[in-house]
Amino acid sequence: MVDEGTLKALEDKVAELKRLIQQDGLELSEELSLLERKLEELRREYFAKLSDWDRVKLARHERRPTGIELVEKVFDDFYELRGDRLLGDDQALRGGLAKLGGKPVVVLFHQKGRTLEEQRRYRFGMAGPAGYRKAARLMGIADRLRLPLISLVDTPGAYPGVEAESHNIAGTIARSIETMLSVRAPTVAVIVGEGGSGGAVAIACADRVLMLEYAIYSVISPEGAAAILWKDQKATPKAAEALGLSAPKLRALGVIDEVLPEPLGGAHTDPDATADTIREALMRHLDELFSLPLDELLALRYKRYRDVGSYREIETGSFLQDL
Amino acid sequence: MPIWKDEKKKNRRDYVEVTPSRAEDLWLRCQSCGELVFRKKLAQNSYICPHCGAYFFLSAEERIASLVDEGSAADVTAPLVANDPLGFVDRKPYPDRVKEAQRETGLLDAVKVVEARIEGHPVVLAVMDFRFIGGSMGSVVGEELCLAMERAIELGVPFVLVAASGGARVQEGVLSLMQMPKTVLVRGKLARAGIPYIAVFTYPTTGGVLASIASLADITLAERGTKIGFAGPRVIEQTTKEKLPPDFQTEDFALARGMVDRVVRREELRSELGKILSLLDGGRYGG
Repeated sequence: MVDEGTLKALEDKVAELKRLIQQDGLELSEELSLLERKLEELRREYFAKLSDWDRVKLARHERRPTGIELVEKVFDDFYELRGDRLLGDDQALRGGLAKLGGKPVVVLFHQKGRTLEEQRRYRFGMAGPAGYRKAARLMGIADRLRLPLISLVDTPGAYPGVEAESHNIAGTIARSIETMLSVRAPTVAVIVGEGGSGGAVAIACADRVLMLEYAIYSVISPEGAAAILWKDQKATPKAAEALGLSAPKLRALGVIDEVLPEPLGGAHTDPDATADTIREALMRHLDELFSLPLDELLALRYKRYRDVGSYREIETGSFLQDL
Repeated sequence: MPIWKDEKKKNRRDYVEVTPSRAEDLWLRCQSCGELVFRKKLAQNSYICPHCGAYFFLSAEERIASLVDEGSAADVTAPLVANDPLGFVDRKPYPDRVKEAQRETGLLDAVKVVEARIEGHPVVLAVMDFRFIGGSMGSVVGEELCLAMERAIELGVPFVLVAASGGARVQEGVLSLMQMPKTVLVRGKLARAGIPYIAVFTYPTTGGVLASIASLADITLAERGTKIGFAGPRVIEQTTKEKLPPDFQTEDFALARGMVDRVVRREELRSELGKILSLLDGGRYGG
């Protein structure tokens, strides 16, 4: 049974060998190709029977490309805009102007950190009210200037804290949703890592919602669901399975429009290829959306969100007998 | 059961274990003063304990009765029931949970919608019921709220939402999350139609409901004794190791930080709504 620890150990070994070959000029290419073959084999085995909990771990992988890393690869000339024009600038949710295939776009993305210092600065990608106010501000730019809005979602959720509650985090998320839904230009969201609940949906109410293959999108973290519904932390993998948070499951449910394939081993094994996939998909979807007149674009968006849900109508009166 | 004690008690917020009452209980014990109270008498008193002034938990039906003019309410809740899109099973299957809640509450899901009059003013009133899986918003609640707003537009009367919700319905996964943009979307339509929207936060108004439809009203009241917040206190303490201030997520906390217009005692809620509705009545520029 291959686990992510074995994979990581092997990945580290391969990286170390590459470094030795490159830096010290050691003749280790035979050892390297042997290890690489072994790694490939183990990856195939691991990814062939990936559980949803495995996917959660991949989505949170410490080497998974972060927001800014993807933005710099997917877009050209990213120009960061900062501040919510009220209280500050939240670096857990960043954004700005950029070019995609030569055309201007407005970009929003959650930012996670790698080093301890970065994780503190970005608060693990958990944005507070200032972040979502900035998001709404940038959505306003897209709306007024009729620029397409693209968001890359990667957050465990909105920041839970006394200050966030004091500054109305809930109302700010509501406002962000409202603003995004009313942008008079095409909008595309890509769930690239963790799509954590309200903090994710706040910048994901787009005309098209895409998702990387091993990203997750969930109403609650598997840990949270295990604690609340199972009253048992050990039920976390079970909760991950039950929540339907994987890209294929969400595609089947119609919540997302397309699953973007990741390299074998996950996005972190080849960030360039991952970025290429995202860019290609964004350009394709934007092309389609650009061909629609504004009223049709907005009507389709209205229909998409007005009709979402799963319920059935029953005969009135039959209900009480049924019980 | 009591959620607020009408006295200057410092720790009056020890209302964590709220046990909603069952409809068939004729007598209820006030957990604040220990007295047994006849339910009918309690109903006449807006479910405020006649002995000590504590607030009892209200079902949607009881809440409606306490707010609208007698005999004016027509139930227009659509006959919708939840599907089980994920085949969700935790300690029990989701469909069983729904059935149980239906049996316990006599409701199809966590919201009841009526056309009614409040102090003579016609409204569409949607009231959430915390007894039904924590008042959580899944596909049915989302659809009912949208239909209610669309009805208010059609009738040209104000929309009143009495919120009581623990947040999104976890058992419907991301489809529950999608009820946030869904309700916000139709709220936008309500706004474009120039229809007033008044929200009343009751115990508790939290999570995904607060982070969408509930936070976008024209006028927002909070009932005394409610809890208003996005994240649960436990999550906050675990994530941030912060010490929470004693008034954290109370109605006064929300008022002081600009999240609500007024805090209103339960017995004054009806007249307060009546006052607002009459202030909004007629005289619109452009007719």
